[in-house]
Amino acid sequence: MSILVDKNTRLLVQGITGNEGLFHTMQMVAYGTNVVAGVTPGKGGEWVLEGKIPVFDSVKLAAEATGANATVIFVPARFAPDTIFEAADAGLPLIVCITEGIPVQDMMRVHCYLDQKNVRLIGPNCPGLLTPGQTKVGIIPGDIAIPGNVGVVSRSGTLTYEVLYALKQVEMGASTCVGIGGDPINGTNFMECLAMFEDDPYTDRVVLIGEIGGTDEEQAAEFIAAKMTKPVVAFIAGQTAPPGKRMGHAGAIIEGGTGTAADKVKAFESAGVRVAKHPGEIPAMLK
Amino acid sequence: MKLHEYQSKQIFAKYSIPIPKGRVADTASEARQIAEELGSRVVIKSQVLVGGRGKAGGIRLAKNPKEAEEVATQILGMTIKGLPVRKVLVDEAASIEQEIYLGITNDRAARKPVIMSCAAGGVDIEEVARETPENIIKVHIDPLLGLKDFQSRDIAASIDLPRDHWRDFGAIANGLWRAYIENDATLAEINPLVITKDKRLVALDGKMLIDDNALFRHSDLAEMRDLDTEAPAETEARKYGLAFIKLDGDIGCMVNGAGLAMATMDIIKLFGGEPANFLDIGGGAGAEKVAAALRIILTDANVKAVLFNIFGGLTRCDEVARGILTAMAEVKPNVAMIVRLVGTNAEEGRRLLADAKMPTAKTIGEAAKKAIAVAKAT
Repeated sequence: MSILVDKNTRLLVQGITGNEGLFHTMQMVAYGTNVVAGVTPGKGGEWVLEGKIPVFDSVKLAAEATGANATVIFVPARFAPDTIFEAADAGLPLIVCITEGIPVQDMMRVHCYLDQKNVRLIGPNCPGLLTPGQTKVGIIPGDIAIPGNVGVVSRSGTLTYEVLYALKQVEMGASTCVGIGGDPINGTNFMECLAMFEDDPYTDRVVLIGEIGGTDEEQAAEFIAAKMTKPVVAFIAGQTAPPGKRMGHAGAIIEGGTGTAADKVKAFESAGVRVAKHPGEIPAMLK
Repeated sequence: MKLHEYQSKQIFAKYSIPIPKGRVADTASEARQIAEELGSRVVIKSQVLVGGRGKAGGIRLAKNPKEAEEVATQILGMTIKGLPVRKVLVDEAASIEQEIYLGITNDRAARKPVIMSCAAGGVDIEEVARETPENIIKVHIDPLLGLKDFQSRDIAASIDLPRDHWRDFGAIANGLWRAYIENDATLAEINPLVITKDKRLVALDGKMLIDDNALFRHSDLAEMRDLDTEAPAETEARKYGLAFIKLDGDIGCMVNGAGLAMATMDIIKLFGGEPANFLDIGGGAGAEKVAAALRIILTDANVKAVLFNIFGGLTRCDEVARGILTAMAEVKPNVAMIVRLVGTNAEEGRRLLADAKMPTAKTIGEAAKKAIAVAKAT
C-alpha cells in the first residue's frame, strides 16, 4: 500500500494562490488527492478551484477548520523557511517542501526546530510524494506510475520519473515514491525512508536513486547491511562529474574527496546491494 | 561561490579577527608601493581560487620594496592550475612560532555547523585529516544558540593552546562564527592561524565559501564573484537561469533535471563517449530557453553532436519538440542533433521532429549510441 501518504491524507497547500501552487493543486485534485484547504497570508476567506477549496490566512486556522494532517509548500525560497516553521508550530505531522534554492543555514535552523517537535519534513527541493492510485503530494506526474509493491526513494526529480516510467512499461508498480530532495540538508534521508519501507507490508522491494555529494548513500548502505530484509537496487548519478563543481542540485558536489559516485557504489556493493549501471537496467534487476 | 584570500580576510577584519597589515595589488609597481608603506619584509601572495598556491611558487617573501616589485612581476605572470594570476596580496611578513588550523563548515550528515581545529595547521592539514584525523578536534554548534564561549575554551584546551592565548583564541573563534553565520558561508577557514614570536594570534590566510542560494540577501558578496574562474559559457548560462558546467568531451547534452542530466552524462561515458557539458534546462523547456541553451553548448568548438534527453512529465513532449524546432531555426546549428523524448505526448513530439528530419530515439541508450557514432565519424 504505502508509506507517509495514502487516501486518508488531508492536505493543505501553502502558497496555494501562487502560479505554481495553484497549477499543482489542480493536478493533485485531478489525481484524487484530498486537498482540504490552502494558505496564503492576506487572502484568507477567498476560494480557489471554482469555490471548491477555501483559503486561510494561517496554517493554524486552516488546520483547525479542516483537520488537515499534512501540508505541501509552494512558496519562494526566501519565504519558505518561515512557512516550514509555521506548519511545524501548528502541529502538522507531515510537511512536504517543494521549494528549490533555500539557503543551507536556514535549513539547519529549521532542522534544529523540527527536532524539538514530532514532525517529519520531506524536502526541500524535492518533487514530493506519490502513492499511485491513492494520492499525490507534490509535483510527480500521476500518470507515469501504477500501484504496486516497489518502494522508490530518490534525491532527484526527472530521473525518478524516468525510473517510475520504466517500471510502468513492464507493468511494475510502486507502493510509494518519495523524492527526498537534492539539497545538502534535507528533512528526511535515505535511511529513514528505507526503515519505513522495511516496515511497510505492501512494499516488497526498494529502488534507491542517489547521486554524488554527501554521505547519505553510504549511511543507507550501512543500514541495509544491518537491518533490511527486503531487496534493494540502487543507482547513483554523477559517475562522470568532476570534483568541486556543483551539478545543478546544491547537494550534488564532490568536496574534499568525499561524495564521489565510486565511493557510493562501493558502499552499496559491499552491503550486498545491486547497483544499476544506468536507469534502464533497474526493472530487470528487480525481477 | 568562492572568495579570494584578500576578500575573506577583509571580512574577518570586520569581525575583529587580527590579520596582517597589507593590501591587494593589480600591478608590480603597486606591490612595490605597498611594500614601501609597510616598511618591512613582505610576503607576496597570488590571489587565485585554487589550493596549493605556495607549492606552485605563488607565495614568496621579499626583503625590500625593490624585491617586492620583482617578485610581484613574476607572480603576476604565472598561471596556477590553469588560472591566470591577476592580483597579488602584499602582506607584512610574520615571524611564526606555531601554525594552527581553525575552520567552520556545514556538517551535512549532522545537519549542523561544525567548528574544527588542529594544533598542526598550515599547508599539510589535508595530510593530517587523512592520516591522523583524531588530531583534528570537531565540535558541533547548535545553529539556534550559536558558538558558546565554553566550546571555544574546550577547543583551545584540546589543541594544547597555552592558557595565555585562550582569551584571544575565543574572540577569534567567535569572530569566525559571526563571519560564517552573517555571510551565509558554507566554509569560513583560517589556515594558518599563527602564534607569532611576539605572542600574538594572527589570521595569516583565510578562505570563505558563500552559499549561492543565499546571495539574494548579500548583494555586497555577490559583487565579489570572480568571473575569471569560470568558463564564459557558465557565466552566460547563469543569466538564463540554466545550470551549466563545461567539460572536456565532444557530445553536448541538454537535459531537463539535474539528476537526469548527470545520468545522461554517465550513460554517454558508459557507451564509450565523452560528454562536453552538464546542462539542466529545468522545467518548461520553451523555445527561448532551448535556444539559449543550444547557443551556449555550441560556443564549445569541440562539440560534434548534441544529445537532448527530455522527460516530459508535466511538460508535454509535443511542446518541447516545437520548442526545439523553433530554437533550431533560430540558431541554425551545424552539428548533428539527436533527440530522445519520453513521457507525456512523446509520440506526437517524435513525429514532429521526424517530419523535420531530426534523428530521434526511444531510449537513452539508443540516443547515446547514435550521438557517439556521429561524434566519432566527424
